[in-house]
Amino acid sequence: MSEQRIIAHFEIPYRACLDGDGAPLGPLPAWVEDGELLRRMYRAMVRARAFDTKAVNLQRTGKLGTYPSCLGHEATHVGVGAAMRPDDVLFTVYREIGTKFWRGVDMLDVLLYWGGDERGTLYQRSPQDFPFCVPIGSQMPHAAGAALAMQIRDQRRCALAFIGDGGTSQGAFYEAINFAGVKSLPLVCVIVNNRWAISVPVAAQTAAATLAQKAIAAGIPALQIDGNDLLVVREAVGEAVERARGGGGPTVIEALTYRLSDHTTSDDATRYRSAEEVAAARRLEPIARTRSFLQSRALWDEADEQALKAACSEEVDAAVKQYLATPKQSTDAMFDFLYAQLTPTLRAQREEARRYAALGH
Amino acid sequence: MAKMTMVEAINMAHAWEMAHDPSVVVLGEDVGTNGGVFRATVGLQQRFGKARVQDTPLAEGLIAGTAIGMAAQGLKPVAEIQFMGFIYPALDQIASHMARLRNRTRGRLSCPVVLRMPHGGGIHAPEHHSESLEALLCHHPGLRVVCPSSPARAYGLLLAAIRDPDPVMFLEPVRLYRFARQEVQDDGQALAIGCCFVLREGSDLTIVTWGAMTVDSLKAAEQLAADGVSCEVIDAGTLAPIDFDTILDSVVKTGRLLIVHEAPRTCGLGAEIAATVSEQALYDLLAPIRRVAGYDTVMPLYRLEHDYIPGVARIVDAIRATLAE
Repeated sequence: MSEQRIIAHFEIPYRACLDGDGAPLGPLPAWVEDGELLRRMYRAMVRARAFDTKAVNLQRTGKLGTYPSCLGHEATHVGVGAAMRPDDVLFTVYREIGTKFWRGVDMLDVLLYWGGDERGTLYQRSPQDFPFCVPIGSQMPHAAGAALAMQIRDQRRCALAFIGDGGTSQGAFYEAINFAGVKSLPLVCVIVNNRWAISVPVAAQTAAATLAQKAIAAGIPALQIDGNDLLVVREAVGEAVERARGGGGPTVIEALTYRLSDHTTSDDATRYRSAEEVAAARRLEPIARTRSFLQSRALWDEADEQALKAACSEEVDAAVKQYLATPKQSTDAMFDFLYAQLTPTLRAQREEARRYAALGH
Repeated sequence: MAKMTMVEAINMAHAWEMAHDPSVVVLGEDVGTNGGVFRATVGLQQRFGKARVQDTPLAEGLIAGTAIGMAAQGLKPVAEIQFMGFIYPALDQIASHMARLRNRTRGRLSCPVVLRMPHGGGIHAPEHHSESLEALLCHHPGLRVVCPSSPARAYGLLLAAIRDPDPVMFLEPVRLYRFARQEVQDDGQALAIGCCFVLREGSDLTIVTWGAMTVDSLKAAEQLAADGVSCEVIDAGTLAPIDFDTILDSVVKTGRLLIVHEAPRTCGLGAEIAATVSEQALYDLLAPIRRVAGYDTVMPLYRLEHDYIPGVARIVDAIRATLAE
């Protein structure tokens, strides 16, 4: 061999602020001095979990359709929400209610959506955010497109896209981050690595040592963080969105967490993973860890906790009551939003649906 | 008024709308410096800049998906898929998102996107460059599918497509790109989407066709006129939603219907037209509805492509057979 040398060398940094018990691993970001912000973020995590627990129970009692629990993802979801600005645009998969709630989506919206009603995508307080995206990975090009629109219009905003570990196996993931790299788009991609894509573990999804390193092929910066560490999520995503808005280009962040629940209420995770593994993951779950950190800083006490739980319970119950009292849409709703203007064929079919609906079907 | 080819008229429509609407953005493979492989976007990047004419990486799903995100942000993307045979990777984005975004958000978000793509064969192109896949698109609620058949109709329909508030699949017949020159006024006047064009009036039989098959259908009608047969030739123009009023009126008048398309017969759009006319005008028919369509084969490599594409002879025979019933 006449020539052999290393022509490129890559590293993936890992970052965390807190250890598994919520104790600082070193100096913390300056914004952590904002105790009210920390309390607000913690409350959002508890609120998301309270909703989530109730939603699973509603499904179990036949009052909600299939529902994907977010149990264990709360730090990633809330940390991302807290890093975004209202005029950034959010593209989720289907589990990120903590981020959606932070951005003003109502509990009622989420209940309506999983309860089989498209009105659950109205998002009155985040009107540019996309609804949940079920076909895995397909939200990524939408986020790239929104980012391209922001760049074309020279706006200081960014698009933030979530994707799961399984989603990184989709071509759309690579296509979007590759495009973001080429155009230096204001796009931040957060890979929620919760270790399981239904029954397939990450090791069966890819031979890559990290999911973050997939961004190396797209030529964009990437890092891995502890996704159960609220502080590092908010810090790392905050740096990335700030850079994106300022014209510094895209970032891929792999947040390590664990799906403590089944994939959805239709899944039974005991078929493919051990109780020991789940128990070990539960010891690292984000809410207890965050509470422990807040308590160590005298930002939270038992009375706060009790008051928060009562408030969440009341709010969730009120949303559920409103959801259960919401009548279904008329059959016209199947037709009226397909086009800006109803077509002649659809007008005839709408009449037919009305006629049969009047008969009770 | 300038005489021009269809591809020049398409270019002119882009330029008009980009000059008059700053939210129109062109994207696709090779659309910038190169001006598109058929030159449909030639000169646009030089005139309107790189921000408004974006060369994308080679990924059709990305092009369609990116257009969705841009449209939801208020831009009007006009994206080129280089050949219709390459649409398959984009179908997930088209079917799962582009066609549905308005519906699934109850009108909160919408997708005013145009996806342009060369349609059909007949230009000795390589494998996968000559497909007629309109039925795949027409099957998806939420899309409009448009297929012009002359330079002037391409100009007017493309303007309408860009101005449409919903996603429009714009199918450009490759055989017609440089087939004939026609005077086209650059006046920004759009044609209506959802309306047929009656290309030739007649009283004995109605031919419904679209795209490049309009040329062969008109030739067949002309040939039979010498024998005293009067054919009405209708260019469907918009394939979804299709203008059944015009088609039904014509069938009621002539009593006979022949549908001509280049795409394979089975589950082709002709089947839908035949079924609808049967449902709504069966007793006005004097003869069974016939279809002249591509065979139910893979589009062959180009030595056989003109044996695959229905020609004048097959159309003439089908007209004679219908009249002989």
